[in-house]
Amino acid sequence: MSVLTLPAQPGQDTAPPPVPWRGMAWVTWRQQRALLISVPAVLAAVAVALVIFGLKAHHDYAALVNCPLNQGRQSGACQKLFSHFNSTDWPLANTVSILVALAPVLIGAFAGAPLLARELESGSYRFAWTQGLGRERQVIAKLVLVGIALVILAGAFGGLFSWFFQPFLWTEQMNRLTTEGVFASGGIVFPAFTLVAFMIGAFLGMLLRRVIPALAATLGGYLVIRLAAWGVRKYYPLAVVTGNSKVFSQFGTPSVPGYPWILSTWVTGPGGQPASQSITNGILNGPPGGSVPPGYTEWNRWIPLTHYWPMQCIEAGWLLVIAAALMAGTVWLVRHRAA
Amino acid sequence: MNIIETCELGKRYGTSWALRDCTLTLPAGHLAALVGPNGAGKSTLMNMTAGLTAATSGTVTVLGGHPAGSPAALNGVAFVAQDAPVYRNLSAGDMLHLTRNLNQRFDTSFARERLADLGIPLNKKAGKLSGGQQSQLALTLALARRPRLLILDEPLAALDPIARQDFLAAVMTAMTDDGVSVLLSSHQVAELERVADFLIVLSRAQLQVAGEVDDLLAGHRLLTGPTAEADECGGRLTVVQTRRGDAQTHLLVTTSDAAAPVPPGWESHQVSLEEVVMAYLRSPGVSQPAPLTRVQRPQPTEATR
Repeated sequence: MSVLTLPAQPGQDTAPPPVPWRGMAWVTWRQQRALLISVPAVLAAVAVALVIFGLKAHHDYAALVNCPLNQGRQSGACQKLFSHFNSTDWPLANTVSILVALAPVLIGAFAGAPLLARELESGSYRFAWTQGLGRERQVIAKLVLVGIALVILAGAFGGLFSWFFQPFLWTEQMNRLTTEGVFASGGIVFPAFTLVAFMIGAFLGMLLRRVIPALAATLGGYLVIRLAAWGVRKYYPLAVVTGNSKVFSQFGTPSVPGYPWILSTWVTGPGGQPASQSITNGILNGPPGGSVPPGYTEWNRWIPLTHYWPMQCIEAGWLLVIAAALMAGTVWLVRHRAA
Repeated sequence: MNIIETCELGKRYGTSWALRDCTLTLPAGHLAALVGPNGAGKSTLMNMTAGLTAATSGTVTVLGGHPAGSPAALNGVAFVAQDAPVYRNLSAGDMLHLTRNLNQRFDTSFARERLADLGIPLNKKAGKLSGGQQSQLALTLALARRPRLLILDEPLAALDPIARQDFLAAVMTAMTDDGVSVLLSSHQVAELERVADFLIVLSRAQLQVAGEVDDLLAGHRLLTGPTAEADECGGRLTVVQTRRGDAQTHLLVTTSDAAAPVPPGWESHQVSLEEVVMAYLRSPGVSQPAPLTRVQRPQPTEATR
């Protein structure tokens, strides 16, 4: 927007209209260019590796899928396939799953912490915050634009990882719900964790005003949230309580896909009283599918696998609330904390 | 219109006051020189006027009543902080584009022309330019915003003598062509004497002097006379600074009456701006008795504490 010389005259200063966001998009892009190129580049490189190994894993899995999981019942050929799979494909997948569990904090900390802290540390805020657009709108625009970009990238990457890991869910008898590394690394929870890590980084960067301490503190803050999520997941209001006359009868064996997340099990006796410890142990330690003595009922509190997406929505929901609160806190700090 | 108005402005960091009880009125259309020793509060005053720092007490308004830091103030005030901060990884061309996107008014053609005249390449990273070039780049960006008030914090520090002259010439051109008011801080009082028409002196977080240069020079005299009579003579006048020698004593006095008679045996000389400034800086307890500006004084508002 270039305008010819305006002579300075008093009385022409009415409240200025809001500056367009498109301009701010260019500013954010140019200031964060290194970040906005390097993060997708690294993710793309990892994605290519995931595609290559994922295709191999799916190919090996296709050969295995007709073999029984119980080692005692496997034929010689099946055992060979399994041992090959477990020695080549599984270690790589295990490592990748650990890295992917760390990806949100790595992306979030390195994107979020320097976003504001570097401006304050280097003194360039003395230029940026005296421009006509004002400090608040600049910070809001940066947080929104970079946040959206990270969510899109993380969502795509999480989807790719879910596809990659799918054969191992069966071979390692893991579960989309119960295995922390799988639940939090796919669906909509993975981008939600990335966004929360980014907002933690931005908030702590503004609070501490130095990049390195903000990075360290972001790692700590993310760990706290991750542990909290792991602890609180079993309390989501989606559990089902059912009673049986046969032990674990409706669940089949744990190795069958579709085995749900069992939160707790207890036994009640005649009249609904909790059974004594010895009777409970005797019943529960018996073979699955075995009968329960008459008058006794075995109860389970469990989450079926079909509730995977509602679980994801609940977790992503409270993560987004935290992210929004952190963003509001960051903007508040920018407005009220004098430079 | 008063381009800057402060009312008992103060800023405290922890337990120490960086600036205290600063009541100042700067009318539009002046180039105001802000001088004072290191740590006197110059940068603090400028940061508060530019809206970077919030005041602990008192108020500061710019551009005829807009609170410092408000959107209208940010729009009309351009600030170049100490060391001319720019984004070191961005080229000059990118800085132009960035500043254009962050402001409503930006004269890109003027900025490009000026950078070309100064020989600053558009594709070199700003961090790799020399100190003088960085200062010129920062000034160009500030001027291209077409502000009504330009605040410059020690802009001449990194410049060689020729660059200093060019810089001040550019500032004067902006003043005369576009009616920009300027607040400029510097340690080079002699150089500012040629261009400044308003003087603000800060010392030890207090405002000592604020007034038009013409009025100040007319309102101060240097009296030279025998040391024996110095105390008696000085007792009758308002003395800013006494410089005592064995035989002769120099008294820098204020006088509201230019035609007042000189005591017999004493000589009266006109003072230069630098002499006035140095005299006040060496006498921290003394401040100018009454504002010498001809513009109306600020009315106290309910925001004062």
